[in-house]
Amino acid sequence: MTAVLRAQALGKKYGRRWALRECTIDIPAGHIVGLVGPNGAGKSTLLKLACGQLEPTAGGIAVLGGRPGGTPAQLAKVGFVAQDTPVYASLTVAEHLRLGARLNPRWDDGMARERIARLGLVPAHRAGKLSGGQRAQLALTLGLAKRPDLLILDEPAAALDPLARHEFLQHLREAASEHKLSVVLSSHLVSDLEQVCDYLVVLVDSRVQIAGRTDHLLTTHHRLTGPRCDPGRLPADQYVVSARHTDRQSTFVVRAGAPTHDPAWTVSRVSLEDLVLAYMDQHTAEHRRVAQEVRG
Amino acid sequence: MIWLTWRQFRGSAVMTAAVLVVLGITLAVTGPGLASRYAAGIADCAPNDTCTDFFDRFFGEYQIPFLALTLVVLILPALAGLFWGAPLVTRELEAGTHLLVWNQSVTRARWLAVKLGLTGLVAMAAAGVCGLAVTWWSDPLDKSAVPEMAQMAPLVFGARGIAPMAYAAFALVLGVTVGVLVRRTLPAMALTLAAFAAIQLAMPLLVRPHLMPPATSTFELGRTNVEGIVPHGRQGGAMQIFLSTSAVPGHAGAWVLSSDLVDPSGRVVVGDGASGPSSTIARSVPVSTTSGPCAPMRGLGADACTAEINRLGYRQQATYQPLERFWPLQWIETGIYALLTLALAWLCFRRVGRGLS
Repeated sequence: MTAVLRAQALGKKYGRRWALRECTIDIPAGHIVGLVGPNGAGKSTLLKLACGQLEPTAGGIAVLGGRPGGTPAQLAKVGFVAQDTPVYASLTVAEHLRLGARLNPRWDDGMARERIARLGLVPAHRAGKLSGGQRAQLALTLGLAKRPDLLILDEPAAALDPLARHEFLQHLREAASEHKLSVVLSSHLVSDLEQVCDYLVVLVDSRVQIAGRTDHLLTTHHRLTGPRCDPGRLPADQYVVSARHTDRQSTFVVRAGAPTHDPAWTVSRVSLEDLVLAYMDQHTAEHRRVAQEVRG
Repeated sequence: MIWLTWRQFRGSAVMTAAVLVVLGITLAVTGPGLASRYAAGIADCAPNDTCTDFFDRFFGEYQIPFLALTLVVLILPALAGLFWGAPLVTRELEAGTHLLVWNQSVTRARWLAVKLGLTGLVAMAAAGVCGLAVTWWSDPLDKSAVPEMAQMAPLVFGARGIAPMAYAAFALVLGVTVGVLVRRTLPAMALTLAAFAAIQLAMPLLVRPHLMPPATSTFELGRTNVEGIVPHGRQGGAMQIFLSTSAVPGHAGAWVLSSDLVDPSGRVVVGDGASGPSSTIARSVPVSTTSGPCAPMRGLGADACTAEINRLGYRQQATYQPLERFWPLQWIETGIYALLTLALAWLCFRRVGRGLS
């Protein structure tokens, strides 16, 4: 099966600042991929590169085997719902569906109408008068009814209240399984992604920290708790992701093929949230150390 | 894509069309009356050689609508650039809707081509129809206008014929280009206005006179090119002659680019700082003011004195574009603006095709 997204040493620079660098990933088809990281980590940049809104500064990217955004055929295969879910304020809901029908060869009008009706959106209402949640739903409907092979969503749930967010993601999961759709969505909320994603990419400080199937990630990461010690004294096959120390105790999140059998350590499972936080923490820990060195 | 473009554009297009229809009807109703009054006036004045007076009266009467219409045709292209061109892309960028529309199954190049094409055609049609209607309506007035307001005069030329259509296309694409470079609507509108105004001033002042090599000739002095003649100062022996800088004899409606008084040896007479009425230069000519035709006592009037100066060998030397060149110049100028429009459109496609997001 071809990869939905394959990037090789991909980088994007704005002026002198790298928004994304040395990004090498290979995401297989058929997943709902969560792209997670703190604000400003480069999530939007990666997604915009994938749909052809941006041109890479370095490296290469292929989406569904093609160059992003170049041809009508490639555009038809990839749906994109941008951050803040922009819609035309002066056009009605029905006119947005007409726009979709006019501009997309694979447009599924029945599905679009059915979705709009189910969500309680009034076709004659102007999009400018919709609430943030309704607007997000309209934008998602446009993305889904286009019938892409890959749907890319940039912080799609950001404008929604918790209940609407839950329903939105639920719909997304149903639509993905119904239409054999691959999805890449970004969020800085792990709880969102936990609900729907079966593949995770963690992006921190413009670099990909880890990428993989969530079940695989959860079986290869462990929390070790034991008497206070230096991370260097852990077995060699235990890659330390993050470390926390109290006066007497050390807690590590480690990545390893198999959990250690050293009886000095208590091994426990990590949740997806713990795992993501550990990668973000690793980054902040590095920064903290650098800051101390500079001060010393 | 055409549907979407029209849907976004139809409001202002319909409004513009409504205004133009009202204007068109007004011109259609008043035009024939104006033409018949002109014809009647000419029939009246031709036998007794008083047509200059008729022209002055006729043009003076309609000067205000004449100037207003000319101004409308001059401003229309600027409005197209300002309100249709500049916001064409920036409005999408500011609302973020470019991210929506550029991710449908239509390439950006096609999106821009349809938007530019449709909006451009409407702008050109509006300016073209308006320009030609005003040209038709103003015909009797153009024939009786003072030289400074004649068809070839810098300001009027741009409001006649087919040039307004080219200006509109250019202004629109200029607005879009500034928009994709500046990316914000208000600064783009301000810059478009400034740039378009500068180009519209530079064109008649710096470029148009040289589009065709101007004709150069010397003319005898007479009623057409001498606006007045008075004794020079208190001391005798010289007359002050006010030479027209906007008319040459025998070429009614010509666009005079330069006009000088040359002495019998062919040297240009230099002014001494004195000034005459507008559109003239004051030049001092040594001629007896105590005896001969220029002596005030003789009471022969200005014509005899002008004839005397003419007899001494003084002439008007002028460079000018004759009225017959009106259409050639219109076509050349239209061609230049068409090329500029294409160049800017190419820039827009490059900028929108890559890098803009």
